[in-house]
Amino acid sequence: MSTQATEYPAPPAARPERATPGRDDIVVLAHGGGGEMMGRLISERILTRLGNPVLDDLTDGAILPCPTSKMVFTTDSFVVKPLEFPGGDIGRLAVCGTVNDLAVMGGLPLGLSLGLILEEGLELAQLDRILVSIKQAAQEAGVRVVTGDTKVIERGAGTGLLVNTAGVAALDPRIHVGFSRITPGDAVLVNGTLGDHGMAVMSVRNGLEFQTRISSDAAPLNGLIGVLPDAGIDLKFLRDATRGGLAGVLADVAERAGHSIEIEERRLPVRSNVEAAAEMLGFDVLNIANEGKAVFVVAERQAAAALEVMRRHRYGREAAIIGRVTDATPPLVELLTEAGGRRVVQRPYGEDLPRIC
Amino acid sequence: MRADVGLLTAELHRLSERVGREARFMEVCGTHTVSMFRHGLRSLLPPNVVLISGPGCPVCVTAQRHIDAAIALSRVSSVILATYGDMIRVPGRLGSLEASRALGADVRAVNSTLTALKLARDNPLREVVFVAVGFETTAPATAAALKRALQEGVRNFSVLAAHKLVVPAMLALLASGDDRLDGFLCPGHVSVIIGAEAYRPVVERHHRPCVVAGFEPEGMLAGLVALLRQTSEGTARLENVYPQVVSDRGNRAALELLDEVFTVADEPWRELGVIAKSGLKLRPAYERFDALARFGVELGEDEDHPACRCGEVIQGRIHPKDCKVFGTACTPLSPLGPCMVSSEGTCSAWYKYGRTAVGRAAVGGAAL
Repeated sequence: MSTQATEYPAPPAARPERATPGRDDIVVLAHGGGGEMMGRLISERILTRLGNPVLDDLTDGAILPCPTSKMVFTTDSFVVKPLEFPGGDIGRLAVCGTVNDLAVMGGLPLGLSLGLILEEGLELAQLDRILVSIKQAAQEAGVRVVTGDTKVIERGAGTGLLVNTAGVAALDPRIHVGFSRITPGDAVLVNGTLGDHGMAVMSVRNGLEFQTRISSDAAPLNGLIGVLPDAGIDLKFLRDATRGGLAGVLADVAERAGHSIEIEERRLPVRSNVEAAAEMLGFDVLNIANEGKAVFVVAERQAAAALEVMRRHRYGREAAIIGRVTDATPPLVELLTEAGGRRVVQRPYGEDLPRIC
Repeated sequence: MRADVGLLTAELHRLSERVGREARFMEVCGTHTVSMFRHGLRSLLPPNVVLISGPGCPVCVTAQRHIDAAIALSRVSSVILATYGDMIRVPGRLGSLEASRALGADVRAVNSTLTALKLARDNPLREVVFVAVGFETTAPATAAALKRALQEGVRNFSVLAAHKLVVPAMLALLASGDDRLDGFLCPGHVSVIIGAEAYRPVVERHHRPCVVAGFEPEGMLAGLVALLRQTSEGTARLENVYPQVVSDRGNRAALELLDEVFTVADEPWRELGVIAKSGLKLRPAYERFDALARFGVELGEDEDHPACRCGEVIQGRIHPKDCKVFGTACTPLSPLGPCMVSSEGTCSAWYKYGRTAVGRAAVGGAAL
């Protein structure tokens, strides 16, 4: 494999000036060659942080006990620039993203795979930090990395580090979610402030720097989701509001469930600095990615109880009932604005571009 | 509903009954267009108050020849092309900056001219070209960056100068004589620079009310109330309902800076053609920063997509939905014209906020 030859020089990396790191400080192609270098990378850097009885065997796959008859299986790939950002990094993102995909399906996570694609030149110190972050996020989610893979690609072929994580989970018999269970009158909730992750990444991305302390909300939500059935709440629908934001999830719900959704702007939890940054760049907070927020649909009579239970959890302190499902036709998502007007909320159609003024 | 919004809406309905006919107001600025939608204000307007989105979206009015030139500049191997983000997807004849970037060009989205200048300082072996578009809101920032580049002797920085002036476009629109407009809602942020008095020629020569308003729901509604009141009285005055921010004479320092770096020139507008004295070109002392001259790139002609009617949309002659390709061949994913690209573009705003609203009365409000 070779990097593509073009007449354009590669853009300079957005890294602080410092002394050139030596061969021992960075990822080199030999780290992926299957020899001693790779063995040491795995044993000294990965197993020391993520090791557990299943992973430590370094077999070709993991054998896991299966406590239920149905399982949830998901995969997700992570590409983010920069690799580390306020409130998280690509490692935390990978663990949380995969755990959340399992959890919103009603899954109790059993194990994760970790595929690391390292770009030549990546600083090992940065890799170490990201591995520690993976360990912490996995501990928090109560899940282990049980199998993995490492490859090295030539410099210029990636963005430093690419991560793929797959996850398996046992289906929680108490959770039965689906578009078909949504009916008019149901309450729509979110577990906290919107847009934090997208604006945190945007705020540090090269060329869009502004003074801010916006932190990503990347967090595993399986714990929060689990306490709801514990409290007798019947979850009718769950979806994490990642790319496409709240608008993307609600547009899917309206389309697939065939019911309208009415949300109230004044009830939407949004941090003031996120709102200001979004306003400045011309983004709609409803379209911005979250990594620790999900949409919860429950029957109206259980909404208050669900809210109370969520607010007692670390990742639900700022939870809110933001709207309800209605029988208005055609099925649309409508926003009652703070000013007292109404407008339609549409699925975002691609990457929002920062606007001119 | 917020108290002031309720009062202003009630006043709008009272005045609209008194007017007793359709009243057509142009919001000149794309930020007004988007704010109206985002706050759901169109759903609150009386049915006979019609808002028309004018030529005030900086991306939408940028001539195709400038986009083509930006693409040509991005293909120069030493160049880092720095641009406001929403220019990246606008199609020209040579493709778009997005496609150019995918093919290897170094195109960076920046949110200020000074960031572009910093890029030049940080990359002394590269040439940084800034795509200088926008109205009097962004032009002073370009002027400030150029002045600093001159003072600091930054040699690897240049601009593709395509700044435009708001008032000449309004006058050109009225000069054609078939606009059927009852007045203008004038943009607060441009007015901060140029001052409310800049709209005096529109009022005096063409007898159309001009009201300068801010972008909050109350500010925009107050602007519409003022316009509708003048319509009901049959008067045409200059009013400023944003006096806490906008003065009569504007920002003297910014205007002086503009005058130091730029001089007024004829300027090509997308689908409107060349409008006399409607743009800014570099003064001789700053010509060394002209990217076209530096890289020998010629401005070509415009050759817009035959089905695209952005030109008529930004003049308020047709509604986006009157364009055959709106929402079909032309969508935000694959825009044919610039009005569909920019988040402030009329077509994009209608696609995003207004398209499906047509079918439901509750969302309704005034449509053209």
